[in-house]
Amino acid sequence: MTRKQKRLAVIAGGMSFILVAVLLVMFAFSQSVAYFFMPADLAKADIKPGTRIRLGGLVAEGSVKRGQGSTVSFTVTDGTGNVPVTYTGILPDLFREGQGVVTEGAFDAASHGFVADSVLAKHDENYMPKEVADRLKKEGVWEDGKGSKGQANQGQTNQGQNTGAKGTATR
Amino acid sequence: MIIEIGHYALVLALATALILSVLPVIGARRGDAAMMALAPTGSLVLFALVTLSFGALTWAYVVSDFSVANVWENSHSLMPLIYKYSGVWGNHEGSMLLWLLILVFFSALVAVFGGNLPDTLRANVLAVQAWISTAFLLFILLTSNPFLRLDPAPAEGQDLNPVLQDFGLAVHPPLLYLGYVGFSVCFSFAVAALIEGRIDAAWARWVRPWTLAAWTFLTAGIAMGSYWAYYELGWGGWWFWDPVENASFMPWLAGTALLHSALVMEKREALKIWTVLLAIMTFSLSLLGTFLVRSGVLTSVHSFATDPTRGIFILCILAIFIGGAFVLFAWRAPMLKAGGIFAPISREGALVLNNLILTVATATVLTGTLYPLILETLTGEKISVGAPFFNMTFGLLMLPLLVAVPFGPVLAWKRGDLLGALQRLWVFAGLSMFAGLAFFYIQNGGPVLAIFGLALGFWGMIGALADLWYRGNFAKVGFSVGVKRLIGLPRSVFGTAIAHFGLGVTVLGIFAATTFGTETVVEMKQGASVDVGGYSLTYDGLRDAVGPNYTESRGHFAVSRGGVEVADVWSSKRLYTARRMPTTEAGILTFGLSQLYVSLGDAMEGGGMVVRIWWKPFILCIWGGALVMMAGGFVSLSDRRLRVGAPSRKAKPVKARLEAAE
Repeated sequence: MTRKQKRLAVIAGGMSFILVAVLLVMFAFSQSVAYFFMPADLAKADIKPGTRIRLGGLVAEGSVKRGQGSTVSFTVTDGTGNVPVTYTGILPDLFREGQGVVTEGAFDAASHGFVADSVLAKHDENYMPKEVADRLKKEGVWEDGKGSKGQANQGQTNQGQNTGAKGTATR
Repeated sequence: MIIEIGHYALVLALATALILSVLPVIGARRGDAAMMALAPTGSLVLFALVTLSFGALTWAYVVSDFSVANVWENSHSLMPLIYKYSGVWGNHEGSMLLWLLILVFFSALVAVFGGNLPDTLRANVLAVQAWISTAFLLFILLTSNPFLRLDPAPAEGQDLNPVLQDFGLAVHPPLLYLGYVGFSVCFSFAVAALIEGRIDAAWARWVRPWTLAAWTFLTAGIAMGSYWAYYELGWGGWWFWDPVENASFMPWLAGTALLHSALVMEKREALKIWTVLLAIMTFSLSLLGTFLVRSGVLTSVHSFATDPTRGIFILCILAIFIGGAFVLFAWRAPMLKAGGIFAPISREGALVLNNLILTVATATVLTGTLYPLILETLTGEKISVGAPFFNMTFGLLMLPLLVAVPFGPVLAWKRGDLLGALQRLWVFAGLSMFAGLAFFYIQNGGPVLAIFGLALGFWGMIGALADLWYRGNFAKVGFSVGVKRLIGLPRSVFGTAIAHFGLGVTVLGIFAATTFGTETVVEMKQGASVDVGGYSLTYDGLRDAVGPNYTESRGHFAVSRGGVEVADVWSSKRLYTARRMPTTEAGILTFGLSQLYVSLGDAMEGGGMVVRIWWKPFILCIWGGALVMMAGGFVSLSDRRLRVGAPSRKAKPVKARLEAAE
């Protein structure tokens, strides 16, 4: 091979590696990306059982029931729609009735309930998953700092002007 | 008063940084030595001012001065002293100040150790560093000022977020920033070289130690963060492909590529333009990481506040620096002379392969991280890209690299002999395969594919040793002469071998822990037992305890093997009183390199507890490997050829001999 051919071979090798990577990324996106829904959306969207989605909303008051072993069932609501969810495992520390959650899983073909394999309610006591907060705020169901333990915030909003606005959002 | 001094020092620092941004560049253009000489002095002054400012904030935390808003929001008088210190960077404002402190620290290091740099290059590099400092000083002063006061001062603080009250977190941000921000020096060198339009092997020699230092600290920082997430969050996982983790991982990948391409440039004057581009990209990814973490576009433990002005400000910094650097690159790069040709099968070729794979892998991580953000901005659709995506793309793409790693160091520069290398290494490949099989057999169970994963880990480890074996030529000259030969080799050779060995250890840990690990969720009543990973755990009931700023109920477990009690472990649920925030403190028992991880769930009716127990075999290899990689970085840094300012003339005859030996 001449030098030119060698160089071409190297470039072709590099390009094909990049091509493989691009195809792989596209394939992975089609396989493993979960779309986010809230209960009200589900009426409009037709989601087949077994398709992985993320379901977010508030845990309905009084809906948490403990079943056999570590199986828990609860209802995710957004004011308009309700979806029953079952989950086996340990719930996060910050999982509470009236608080926001995001669950990931799929609808079960037989029971038509949502079976979650992960439940997120993250690190902060005011934590509202961002997707959920955005939507709920728009619909006026929930406001910043007004969770079930909302009273914890009331002392702060009238503390000094320069932090007043931040006090609720920061922690 | 001290707070006001700190605030004022920060303003003075801004003025200094502004002067430093302009005058040395003009000096370098005009050849004015006095103006260029301003750069090192000014950088030291800047460092002193920012240190003073940081010290003032630290003081406010140590004495719990709740009249400072930042301290009130993130501290508590009862908090242990070490967390009062770490609380300084456990929040947005303080953490940006730490970022800045480390940035000007690196500028000061360049000023001190840059004595052997040409005057114009040093002036330009320090000026570029000052541009970055100016941007971040403005950001801190305008949007994230930690020195704001409260009037009247509250009597008690709101406490630091409980998950951040931990030793791992106390050291994670400084280490991570030393890495992240360390790449700014490479960026500044690249931009300075583009401004001058001149670049040569000496440039790579100056840049490499900085890259190596930054890479070493970033390795440590990421490993620390991963270990922290593992034991503190109580989820038993060590890597979640969370955007925030990716934000620190991408500069690491690009930095690893930079480390290797700078090597080619230093030794063979090839890949010049690519190396400059990579230096710019690496720091751009660091900046992007800062944006992702600090702007609040992501919700995670790292986003302390969501204030849109901050996000837009950082986005502007990002656009100016990345955009500016790439424009400069497009304009100036054609002027740089390319040089050094080599055959595809050679050490250079292997390093190009390394760069290709690492950059493509970085690109996939970048795609997976940014795609949901971009999609949401454009269409409003919300998606989550999780571990399956990254395992499928990044995981698969990295496999060829792991196979190739042991080949690189045994190939010759310029024109290598792959067949020869294969002949030399096949014994070791066989050994690795055998070790993988043996490991699999001892642990028995798990998918057969795991054998290859395990073998890949051993391949990395044994391959690194094989490199040293051939360099010492042990087979021909016998043990004692071989050892003598090895001692004569430059330290960077050992650095390479150690770092590659560490990579193998990490890979082994990843495959062993994911393949042979088990997870058990059970409901346990007092006195009940469960078998996990060959050990038997007996639940011994809950006890209440009180800590300095929390209360907890601790579950006690006795661990026995073969009927003999070997250890006991406490796992607890804590409630931090100031924030009324519950956390789970996992109980972790270490057996050799493996760990038993016990996490408490909810109390059941009738006195039982839901308990989640993981058996994590060889999990410590994951972080241990990172430590070994870090050690490799330090060994390599101590190589006298890399030591910045080492007398080059005296070392010359020795160096010539050593290079021939390579």
